[in-house]
Amino acid sequence: MKTMMKLFLAGVALAGLFAAAQAEDKPTIEIMSSWTSGGEAAALNVIKTEFEKRGGVWKDSSIAGFGAADAAFQNRIVAGDAPGAKQGVIGLAAADFVSQGLFNPIDDVAAAGKWADALPKSIHDLISYDGKVYLAPTGAHGESWVFYSKEAFGKAGIAQEPKSWDEFFADLDKLKAAGVVPVAWGGQPWQQTKVFNMILLSQVGIDGFLKIYADKDKSEASVEGVKKTLEILGKLRGYVDAGAAGRNWNDATAMLITAKAGVQFMGDWAKGEFTVAGKQPGKDYGCMIAPESKGMVYIADSLWFPKTGKAATDKAQKLLAEVVMDPTVQVEFALKKGSVPMRSDVDKSKLDACAQKGLELMSAGAIVPDQAIVLTPQQVGALDDFVDEYWSGGSNDAASAAENFFAIFE
Amino acid sequence: MSIKRKRNLSATIALLPTWFAAVVVFIGTMAWSIRLSFTNSTLFPSSTYVGFAQYSKLFASAKWLASLQNVLIFGVLYVAGCLVLGFLLAAALDRKIRFESAFRTIFLYPYAMSFVVTGLIWQWMLNPTLGIQASVRSLGWESFVLDWVVNRDMAIYALVLAGVWQGAGLVMVIALAGIRGIEAEQWKAARIDGIPVWRIYVSIILPQLGPALAAAGMLLAMGVIKTYDIVVAMTNGGPGNATEVPAKFIMDNLFGRQNLGLATAGATVLVLGVIIAVAPFRYAMHMRNQAKGAA
Repeated sequence: MKTMMKLFLAGVALAGLFAAAQAEDKPTIEIMSSWTSGGEAAALNVIKTEFEKRGGVWKDSSIAGFGAADAAFQNRIVAGDAPGAKQGVIGLAAADFVSQGLFNPIDDVAAAGKWADALPKSIHDLISYDGKVYLAPTGAHGESWVFYSKEAFGKAGIAQEPKSWDEFFADLDKLKAAGVVPVAWGGQPWQQTKVFNMILLSQVGIDGFLKIYADKDKSEASVEGVKKTLEILGKLRGYVDAGAAGRNWNDATAMLITAKAGVQFMGDWAKGEFTVAGKQPGKDYGCMIAPESKGMVYIADSLWFPKTGKAATDKAQKLLAEVVMDPTVQVEFALKKGSVPMRSDVDKSKLDACAQKGLELMSAGAIVPDQAIVLTPQQVGALDDFVDEYWSGGSNDAASAAENFFAIFE
Repeated sequence: MSIKRKRNLSATIALLPTWFAAVVVFIGTMAWSIRLSFTNSTLFPSSTYVGFAQYSKLFASAKWLASLQNVLIFGVLYVAGCLVLGFLLAAALDRKIRFESAFRTIFLYPYAMSFVVTGLIWQWMLNPTLGIQASVRSLGWESFVLDWVVNRDMAIYALVLAGVWQGAGLVMVIALAGIRGIEAEQWKAARIDGIPVWRIYVSIILPQLGPALAAAGMLLAMGVIKTYDIVVAMTNGGPGNATEVPAKFIMDNLFGRQNLGLATAGATVLVLGVIIAVAPFRYAMHMRNQAKGAA
């Protein structure tokens, strides 16, 4: 009996050894993301499939909700149990982690893949810290989009896309008269801030926008631009329905899909919802850049690679970075996610009409960064508060609100 | 004597883990948080001390001030509402009605639900395009308005409404148990004196329910400080700052805004607030007990 027991124990130990050896061989990664909606999960799956094809082992720890995933990630980092990869935006949020020495650089992968040539210079600068590449960009989203329901436009007798804000408001009046909710408004602070930004860009132009957010410029021109933006924003209040407060962006998109509402201001991820509902861009719904806007606000997603101290994970991080920047993966991912590929050397023919418009603006350099790229999380929060307070406070005093705007940078 | 000491010793050993948890987990983390509130920590704890800078920033924030005011309004109305409604329900059930246990279950049921569920249900019901307003309008009353969750002035009362709906059942059960514990003789005596029923409840039953209602009130008040989930589910602090609460402010700054210093300053103020509110009460209790002991 005793020998049997010994044999058994030895067997278990041996099996454990083999299992460990096997796991050691394969690059294993635990990836934490907040991509859980239909389109997002499908996009993440593109990366996963290619990663596994190249011999990696993929462990998914996705958490619904951007904030929830971030909170869980911070807790894991503080607890010393970082996941192998985390999806997050390119911007100052990542910079904090890098400056604390918590992320692994992926410089050699970037050098081998010639990322510097494949990516727009502004993006390459943003993913590098102290001359080393740290983040693997997955795709960019345009955030200056106004989507519209062709059916609703038809009902209201609107033949073509409005070119100026005056024409835009005239069309909203027509929609209202036709018994359609003119604007499907997502009444959450982050969504309202995106609308504020796209109007701001249309009022101050690319240079003016960068001056305000990157240089924190308080000159008269900047204040005037913010004031005009707030006036347009305030005017929009008259065109939303009573249920707008707190509405999710995808619920707002659903109002367009069912032709209950005319237009929605949103990032291009809204296309994912149209696609899931079987709607075609250009046929069932249209996409236009906000009126009078010469460019597009963009936000970029990436994968972050925390230090885990495990060799298998380090190997996997390099493999994953390679996979993410693969040209076919970039296109496939963009199609599923509704985004624009980061590489400028990919096959554009597969992209839909909206994405092509976005890619055009991007390669022309007519883009400005989202607030998350240039502002700290505290400042982003303060900006959300500012816009929300103006929007829901019902104040029409744009001039004095514009003066207060610059307090968000403090 | 030696047996007693031995017993004490084993009791002390048995209590050690609890002491350890209380000192390290409770007081330790509290001290840690308070320490952080004097630093300029953002995403990670830092040890650069900035004095009371986080506190002055905190009290310059309109959002924080609004959250304090909101939790006060919510707290007072929620606790009072639950106590009044709970007592009325208990008195009604006490009238030897038919299907009493069925009603009791129904009234207590909301309390078994999580605040997130309660919040979502009421959010839908009070949402003007989905809920009660939309259904009444579809029945023909076109001018009917019930838009509490999206109305800046009424949103906080929508929270109170949902909270009372959830919490009243608990008070009812505690009050009912108290009422049932009162001797039937008192009823008979009052009846003989020809005192009306409502007067019996107000002047005879209610005073005897004091301790039971105080316990229920205490339970509810503790819930008020932590109010977070119902706000997130119903209004997410909006419209504007109309339903922002301290717990949500702290969570937002802790995670979303990566502002550890400000969040811990808020938490410290909250703890201080609780201590200031509870201390006189505890002191009064202590004095009363001593007075009793002396008598």
